[in-house]
Amino acid sequence: MRKLLVFALFLALSLPVFVFAGGSAEKTNKGSSQGQTSNQSSSMTNAAQKPFVVGQIAEPKSLDPAADTAVNDFRILVNIYDGLVQFKPGTLQVEPDLAKSWTISKDGLTYTFDLRTGVKFQDGTPFNAQAVKFNFDRMLDKSNPYHKSTGPFPLAFFFSSIKDTKVIDDHTVQFTLNAPYAPLLSNLAYPTGLLVSPAAVEKYGKDFGRHPVGTGPYEFVNWVSNQKVTLKRNPDYFKGMPGLSEIIFRPITDANTRVNEMLSGGLDLMVEVPPDSLKLFENKTNNYKIYQQTGPHTWFLILNMKSAPFDNRDARLAANYAINKQAIVQNVLQGTASVAVGPVPKAFGWAYDKNLQPYPYDPAKAKQLLKESGYNGQPVTFYVTQSGSGMLDPVAMGTAIQADLNAVGFNVKIQTFEWNTFLNKVNAGLEGKADIAEMAWMTNSPDTLPFLTLRTDAWPSKGGFNSGYYSNPQVDKLLKEARESTSQSERAKLYQQVEVIVHHDAPWVVIASWKQNAVSTANVEDFQLQPSFLLNLYKVKLK
Amino acid sequence: MGSYIFKRLLMIVPVLFGISLIVFFIMALLPGDPAQAILGSYATPANLARVRSQLGLDKPLVARYFIWLWNLLHGDFGRSYSLNRPVIKIVFDRLGPTMLLAGSALLFASIVGLLSGIIAAVKQFRWQDKLFTLLVLVGISAPSFWLGLMFVLFFAVDLHVFPVSGMAMVSGGGGVLDVLHHLVLPAVTLGIVATGVIARLTRANMLEVLRRDYVRSARAKGLTERRIIFRHAFLNALVSVVPVLGIQAGFVIGGAVYIETVFQWPGIGQMLVQAILTRDILLVQGGVVIIAAIYVVVNMIVDVLQHLLDPRIRN
Repeated sequence: MRKLLVFALFLALSLPVFVFAGGSAEKTNKGSSQGQTSNQSSSMTNAAQKPFVVGQIAEPKSLDPAADTAVNDFRILVNIYDGLVQFKPGTLQVEPDLAKSWTISKDGLTYTFDLRTGVKFQDGTPFNAQAVKFNFDRMLDKSNPYHKSTGPFPLAFFFSSIKDTKVIDDHTVQFTLNAPYAPLLSNLAYPTGLLVSPAAVEKYGKDFGRHPVGTGPYEFVNWVSNQKVTLKRNPDYFKGMPGLSEIIFRPITDANTRVNEMLSGGLDLMVEVPPDSLKLFENKTNNYKIYQQTGPHTWFLILNMKSAPFDNRDARLAANYAINKQAIVQNVLQGTASVAVGPVPKAFGWAYDKNLQPYPYDPAKAKQLLKESGYNGQPVTFYVTQSGSGMLDPVAMGTAIQADLNAVGFNVKIQTFEWNTFLNKVNAGLEGKADIAEMAWMTNSPDTLPFLTLRTDAWPSKGGFNSGYYSNPQVDKLLKEARESTSQSERAKLYQQVEVIVHHDAPWVVIASWKQNAVSTANVEDFQLQPSFLLNLYKVKLK
Repeated sequence: MGSYIFKRLLMIVPVLFGISLIVFFIMALLPGDPAQAILGSYATPANLARVRSQLGLDKPLVARYFIWLWNLLHGDFGRSYSLNRPVIKIVFDRLGPTMLLAGSALLFASIVGLLSGIIAAVKQFRWQDKLFTLLVLVGISAPSFWLGLMFVLFFAVDLHVFPVSGMAMVSGGGGVLDVLHHLVLPAVTLGIVATGVIARLTRANMLEVLRRDYVRSARAKGLTERRIIFRHAFLNALVSVVPVLGIQAGFVIGGAVYIETVFQWPGIGQMLVQAILTRDILLVQGGVVIIAAIYVVVNMIVDVLQHLLDPRIRN
């Protein structure tokens, strides 16, 4: 009896091993049979058939562009779908994609797009004006049958200025706006504006996000939860034959595991390499290629202009001169960011003022300015977050900044918070709580950051993110004009004027812009990181 | 016996109710909510309000608890917003890999732990005993996530003997052997602490039992040493080891949270870490309730086994 029981216990413990080993084997369906863990030489000989494996940072939420919010998901989407417009490779300038051209009415209220002809979705249904209308109605029109069943669409407000989408003819579509809104084109180039197959939405309903169909260079094959998303070449792609036969996106949440997979030959491309690990690959340049690209990202300090010391411009300038931004970028961030100047990131080449220089590191001048400001040594509270999206290395950076500020005579005290608590505190405004707060933004239009964080109408009491209470009527006016203008060159001039004024008023200390990085094996060709942080693999080839 | 099992089953109900209460309100205490996590930089008050109402987060906390509980009782765990699928589907997708990993880890820990415990006890103070005691000490003391990383660096990155991460080759077609190949490193890493605990306990119990009079009588009767150790000593020592196996099962499932993250094992632990980071409330709640239910049931089975093994408890 006892013997039997012991045996039963072992059997019970070992049962799941066999049951689930069998179960999971069934899940690993189709695909080529080459072992991805096998050694490099065997995979080289089969380069043409070998899938291209990308190490992603997380499992995607969905592959429905209207439902997604994370860059991680966008990296897959841009390979399945196209939008009306796209960012020109290497820039954040908008260029035609599924729309051949467009016209904007003088009052900035009507956008008319002339669509490409002969384009088909991967399910064989035609791409036309009706399809475009379906896409925007699904996102914006509550009475659309798929609005509720395939939603929610958290970023639909990118297009909330669109009042109505009209089909003019089979290949012309027209948007009517509530009010002029210049960032619309940039927003259409953002992944939220990628266009899905109406037939597929009708077929799959709320499961469309797991059965994506677009017009893009690669079509969806399968999605094994938490293991991989597989795409294959779309031979009928309207821009020509894509470079890769098969792509596998693997979610690997742990950065060290991602690095180990890359080192052992399990990946062809990995994104978001930790700075410490980048050196590992730099020492092996025969086997790996390293890519870096500064993105539309700004890391800055909000200064509370409601109360002393930062209600005084000299004190704000003192902070700007006191902080050694170059040292932070080099030593704390190990070269994974570049020094930034103003509220419009350098990545927006067309709108960015190239003549503007960051305040140099000059502690002597900072000391003098601080003295002139009448600062009496009162404690300065500095809000630091433990981590957070786009915040880079916030604790180490905060500590370095505190040291620099204290070196010129400030008396800075750090308070650290968990990211969500931090956001609640900072977004409500710094008045009566803190004098400095860290913050970072990643945007898709040069307009977004200044519009949401520097206007008088964006004070926290009015629902914006101007937590330091900066207010300059001239900036308000220029930003309003820029939003209503339909000419890109005119907008560029207006943003540049904003940058000059903001630089002079110094409501922030602008520190850095994050560089995205990636590592590929040496036999990957024609890969380029984009300032948009998207991952377009259309032209990539394996040698 | 039947009434004992029935009583134990009945006790599961209040335990699970308590767990549902605790996990719900802990999630409510966490700063930040799904709406904030979804919107990130774009979390303006207006956008937050809109997304919250879409997710049903605008209702009072107590009302939300009872709605969740009511749905739970009807088998509806809700829909995860971060993965956009029903919670129950995700959890059961992930349960298989976790059971496989935890089961293998326990199996490894039981076999290696019991055997080394027996050997160490039988060869007390000799080199075998010292070697096992040392290994066991290392196993218990070294943090397993660190040990996991070391295993990966040595066996996967340098020697290419085992894969770095995942549960199957991404190109597919590997079958059961491929899964077992991927299983070795995470299962050993996860099982190592339990191995140490079981080995120490087995050694101590065996030493105690081997000194008992009935063992001496058995030897005097001329029974073979093997028969004495396995038939007479080991089975009696096992009585106090079995409940520990149950407790270790709980630790192993808990340990899966970080081992799965290190090895990218597509199980429930890794899912929970991600769900907490993205404030996917329904997924965390559903996952925890199901893990707790499994833990409670495993412990019940162990108690029943104990009941069968040990006549003193039965009476």
